Amino acid sequence: MAHFEKATSIHDWLNQRLAIDTIKRVMATEYWIPKNINFLWAMGMVLAVTFGLLLISGIFLLMYYKPDVKLAFDSVNYTIMSEVGYGWLWRHIHGVAASVIFLIIYIHMFTAIYYGSYKQGREMIWLSGMLLFVTFSGEAFSGYMLPWGQMSYWAGMVITNLFSAGSLELNGVVEWIRGDYVPGDAFLTRFFMLHVLLMPLAILGLIGLHFGALRIPHVNNQDGEEIDFEAESQRYLAGDTKNAKVIRFQWDFLSKDIFVLGVFLIFFFYLVFYHFTFAMDPVNFDPADGLKTPPHIYPEWYFLWSYEILRPFPKDPGLIAFGFAQVAFFLLPFLDRSPNVAPANRRGLFAIWFWVMLIDMIVLTVMGKLPPEGIFNTIGAIAAWTFIGLWIALPIITILEKKK
Amino acid sequence: MAVEKERRDFLGMALGGFTAIGGIAALGAAKKTWDPLPSVKAAGFTVIDLTQMEENQVTIEKWRGKPIFVLKKSADMKANERDIVVDGTRYHVSIGLCTHLGCIPAYYPGEHKFICACHGGQFDASGEVLKAPPAKPLVIPPFKIDGTKLVLGEEGPEYKELKSKNLIA
Repeated sequence: MAHFEKATSIHDWLNQRLAIDTIKRVMATEYWIPKNINFLWAMGMVLAVTFGLLLISGIFLLMYYKPDVKLAFDSVNYTIMSEVGYGWLWRHIHGVAASVIFLIIYIHMFTAIYYGSYKQGREMIWLSGMLLFVTFSGEAFSGYMLPWGQMSYWAGMVITNLFSAGSLELNGVVEWIRGDYVPGDAFLTRFFMLHVLLMPLAILGLIGLHFGALRIPHVNNQDGEEIDFEAESQRYLAGDTKNAKVIRFQWDFLSKDIFVLGVFLIFFFYLVFYHFTFAMDPVNFDPADGLKTPPHIYPEWYFLWSYEILRPFPKDPGLIAFGFAQVAFFLLPFLDRSPNVAPANRRGLFAIWFWVMLIDMIVLTVMGKLPPEGIFNTIGAIAAWTFIGLWIALPIITILEKKK
Repeated sequence: MAVEKERRDFLGMALGGFTAIGGIAALGAAKKTWDPLPSVKAAGFTVIDLTQMEENQVTIEKWRGKPIFVLKKSADMKANERDIVVDGTRYHVSIGLCTHLGCIPAYYPGEHKFICACHGGQFDASGEVLKAPPAKPLVIPPFKIDGTKLVLGEEGPEYKELKSKNLIA
C-alpha cells in the first residue's frame, strides 16, 4: 500500500489521494495554446457550454415529459408550458440551444476548413468532430419527435422511410425501426430513449475523444505554423512569456474564451427571451395526425442543405446524393491532397473552393426552405450539382497547389 | 513454457468464443425487442362501404395506421388496369402515402391529379407517376371484394390477379 501522511489541509488530503495538482497542471495550467489565434478559436468552449445548457434544461423537461402518444403533446404544450413553474424557460432554452448549437457547429467546422486544421496529424480531431456532428444530428432529430406534433410525426415518417433505401424497398427495416407500420407509440418511446440516454452517452464519449485528439497535434493557429510546443512552453515557464509563442490554457486562454462566451450568451439569452419563436415551428403546435400531411414539410434550418440535395433528383439518385452529402465532410482530410496547412486565402484555388462551398451551402439552405416549384427547383438542382462537383474538384485543385 | 502458452491461448480462445456467442445472442434479442409487437401486427382489417363514395372525390380511410385513398371514377375519367371494378363502377384504391418518402399527396379534382407537397411528386387519378421524385405508382393494399364492400388486409382473387400481373405498385 502507498504511504500516506497526515493531511495539512483538505486540498492536501485530496491531493494525496487523487493527485489533483497534477491533474490541474496537465489538463489546464500547463496545457499550451498558441498565441496566434482569434475569437473563432473560442467556438469549442461556446459549444461545450451550449451543450451544458441543453443538458441542464433537458433534465428539468424530463421531469414532466410523458413519452406516450396520448400524453406527449399535452405534457409539453400544456403541463410544461403553462403549469410547471418556469417550465417555459427550460423549454425555450432547450429549443433555442438546439438550434443555435448547429450555427456554432457550422462556424466551428468552417473555421477548421479555412485554416486547414484537419490534416497533417489533425485528422482524428476532424473525424471525431464529424462523428459529433452526426450524433448531434441524431440527438436533434430524436428530440424533435418528442412533442409529437404534426412536424414531429411527418419528419419521423419521412426520415425513417429513408432507410427503405429507395428501390431496394427494405420496408421490413423501416417497420423494424418504427416498431410499427407507421410512427406510433413504440417509435416515440424508443426515440425518447435514444434522445435522453443513448445519444447523450455517445456524445459525452465523443467529446472526450475530440479533446483527447487535440493533445498530441495541439491546436492550430492563424498561420498554420508548426510550433515546437515543448520548446515554447519551456520558454514560457522560464519567464520569457513575452516571446513564447504559447500561453497557458488556464487562465490565459480561458479568460479570452470566457469573454467570447459572454458575448455569445448575451446573444443566446436575447433569443431565448425575445425571439424564441424561430426555434418553435407553428405547425408542430398541431397534434400529430397520421391522416393529414401538412401542406409544406421542411426540416429545421440546419438540415435544409442536405434535404435540398435530396429533393431535385429522382428517388434513387436523390438518396445516393443525400447519402454522399452526409459523409462527404468525413472525407475532407483525405481528398485534400495538399500538404500545406495555411489559411485558405494563401492556398490559391482552395480559397475559391472554400468560398464557393460556403455560399453553395447557404444557397442550398435557402432553397430547402422554399416550396419545390419553378425557378427554385432549377436553382436547387444547380446548387446540388455544385456541391457534388466541388468534392470531385477538391483532390485535383489540391494536387495542383504548390508546396510552400 | 510452451505448454503454459498453449494453455493461455486455449483459455483466451474459449473466453473469446463464449463471449462472441453470448454477444450474438444478445444482439438477436435486441433486434427482436425492436420488432413490431404481436398486437400491432394483428391490428385488424378495415371494411369500406363503397356505396357511400361520390364521383371524383377522394375519401380517406385508415388501415394499419395508414391513410387509404378511395376514388370513385366518373365516366369521363381514364380507365386503368389498376382500377378495382365493383358493381360496374371503377374505383382507384391505394395506400395514400407518396412512394417517395411517405407524405400524403393531396387530390386536385379539377386536374384529376394527386400532388405531394413534400418533394413535388405527382400522380394521376389511377395512382400512376406523372412527375418524379416518386419512382413507382401509389401502392394498392391487399383487398377482398365483399358485395359492395371492400375488406382491406385480406387477399381476394382480384387482388391476387393484380399482384400476379405486377400491377399493385
